[in-house]
Amino acid sequence: MEYQLTHQKSRDILERMLKMRRFEEAVCAVAEDHFFGHYHLYIGQEATGASVIEALDPKDLILTTHRNHGHIIGRGADPGKAMAEILGRADGFNGGRGGTLHLTERSKGFLSTSAVVGGAIGLATGAGYALKRAPGNTISVAFFGDGALEEGTAFEALNLASLWSLPVLFICENNSHGAPGAAAGEYPSSVIAAKELVAIPESLDIRATSVDGADVQAVYAAVAEAIAAIRAGLGPHFIETNTVRWPGSRPLWPELSTGVTDLSAAWDESRISGEHAEWIRGHDPVLRLVRHLIDNGALSIDEVTKIDIDIRDKMMVAKSFSLASPLPEPESALEGVFV
Amino acid sequence: MSNMTYAEALIDGLHGCMSEDERVSLIGSFVLGLGPQRHLVDRLRNNFADRINDPPTSEAAAAAAGIGAAMAGDRPFVDIGTASFIFEAWSQITNEAANAYYMSGGQIKTPVTFHMLHGLRGGGAAQHSHSPQAMLFNCPGLEIVLPASPSDVKGLIRSAILSDNPTVVIDHAKLLGLEEDVPKHDYEIPFGKANVRRRGGDATIVATSLTVQTSLEAAEILSQQGIEVEVIDPRTIVPLDKEAIFSSVEKTGRLVVVDEANMSCSIASEIGMIVAEEAFSFLKAPIVRVARPDVPVPFSPPLEEYIATDADKIIAAVKKVAV
Repeated sequence: MEYQLTHQKSRDILERMLKMRRFEEAVCAVAEDHFFGHYHLYIGQEATGASVIEALDPKDLILTTHRNHGHIIGRGADPGKAMAEILGRADGFNGGRGGTLHLTERSKGFLSTSAVVGGAIGLATGAGYALKRAPGNTISVAFFGDGALEEGTAFEALNLASLWSLPVLFICENNSHGAPGAAAGEYPSSVIAAKELVAIPESLDIRATSVDGADVQAVYAAVAEAIAAIRAGLGPHFIETNTVRWPGSRPLWPELSTGVTDLSAAWDESRISGEHAEWIRGHDPVLRLVRHLIDNGALSIDEVTKIDIDIRDKMMVAKSFSLASPLPEPESALEGVFV
Repeated sequence: MSNMTYAEALIDGLHGCMSEDERVSLIGSFVLGLGPQRHLVDRLRNNFADRINDPPTSEAAAAAAGIGAAMAGDRPFVDIGTASFIFEAWSQITNEAANAYYMSGGQIKTPVTFHMLHGLRGGGAAQHSHSPQAMLFNCPGLEIVLPASPSDVKGLIRSAILSDNPTVVIDHAKLLGLEEDVPKHDYEIPFGKANVRRRGGDATIVATSLTVQTSLEAAEILSQQGIEVEVIDPRTIVPLDKEAIFSSVEKTGRLVVVDEANMSCSIASEIGMIVAEEAFSFLKAPIVRVARPDVPVPFSPPLEEYIATDADKIIAAVKKVAV
């Protein structure tokens, strides 16, 4: 099968996912003692972000949203500076100007991180316009949620990308499965009259596909195939990646409802218990990949444990770094409006 | 030097930028509207056909395309068309372009230029006659340019495209036919530097865009009546040349501020307030604003004329403040 993941690539993807997971757990822990406004965690969606990023070239540009931590950390951004930004500290990537909503790192290929729902779709379309005009076959990628398709700008931008055959990969992370949303007093889920989300880009003649967003191989293959087509000049592609929403992202404010991830639950099911056992057993993409790699002999329990410990240590260092970083000087609020 | 119309000068400025830098492209090509000068855009269409793209009727997407492209390294010129259409693109311009540099901590530059034709164009009615510069003035992060003459528009368009900041250039359909001697070479006009269009000691008029020309007409009539007014054209309201305004008010002691936006929170209101707050001791009379009344724009000609910022209103305002 084309785009079959090698063991090495799978391990690389797992490392990205573990960084995302352990970073978000650290964010959750810090949030217990430090208030930094409303925030969004990428837990439960790591397979999507990590697989997309693995398939991209470092030159490709990414536009992400308010749920950006996973994408930014997954592409190798320094977790200390990312955490510092989330805490509004001077050493944050944005100098404390953006916080969790607008976290970005230009040197890792991220442009402006818009927290306006649907914003990434328009900006990625624009980036695609510039990239098409430039030499080479670099592409732009928009990460957004299922709710983004409710915004009019999203439709307009998809239309434009299709008409002008722009080199844009649209990744719609549909995490509304299993989440009744606002109707149940929870964090919103999308509300759209279309029977399937992919019907929307398809109505605009954009090639669209829908995959299991927790299945690394499925995501990677769909993305790699789309990227090849886009680089060959075949215009934008749209991939809907479906995940069952992590229980911690269901309430209005995130909660670490499934606890700190215990990797041994991947090879010892007796470790799974509690109110959310079903999600942990059936829908945690990190555990799913660990289980898969161990079953296939791509990774040993010792190896994965070691990788995980290293990453958790790094996240502890990041947390300390961020808490030690000073707040910006108050008067600096007036600077940096214009170049 | 070459005698040319405002429209020709605008295209000249654009042509210069496009010739030099392949990163400059047009998103939206109705830069001169639908009036008699519109064929002049053909000069660009003929020379840079592959760099001119007409979007669907989707101002938000067109604006987003320009903004995203600018962030990715291009220097796009996004023509919105009639200024009233900016409202469709409002989130993109005020909440994406204006914020990106600041909220990214200086990582993301957005060198996009937006262009539109504002104001009462004659029969535009309520939905096609806006002058949104006043609303944009209240949004931090945008440079706002209001050219008022052919020689100015050529240089200001160039400066707008060369600027690394998101810039909104707002022209007026009724300026397009104005003629003036304009340098043939390409040149920039710095932002934040007002143009003293006429010198006089009896009162200061600060005006923007078409009202600069209207103020100069009023100044001629006043001169025949023995009143000499100074006419200051800020050219850009962000950044604003406060010093030039203060200097003039210090000399004359009397200020009339003229605008085509609606009166409430108009450019005139803000400039008047800045002078009242920072140069009060120079004033010998209260400040008077001349702007459009706060009504939607009516269609019928006598109604539209009634609300227009014309020379008579400016003359009356000057007489109110001048001794």
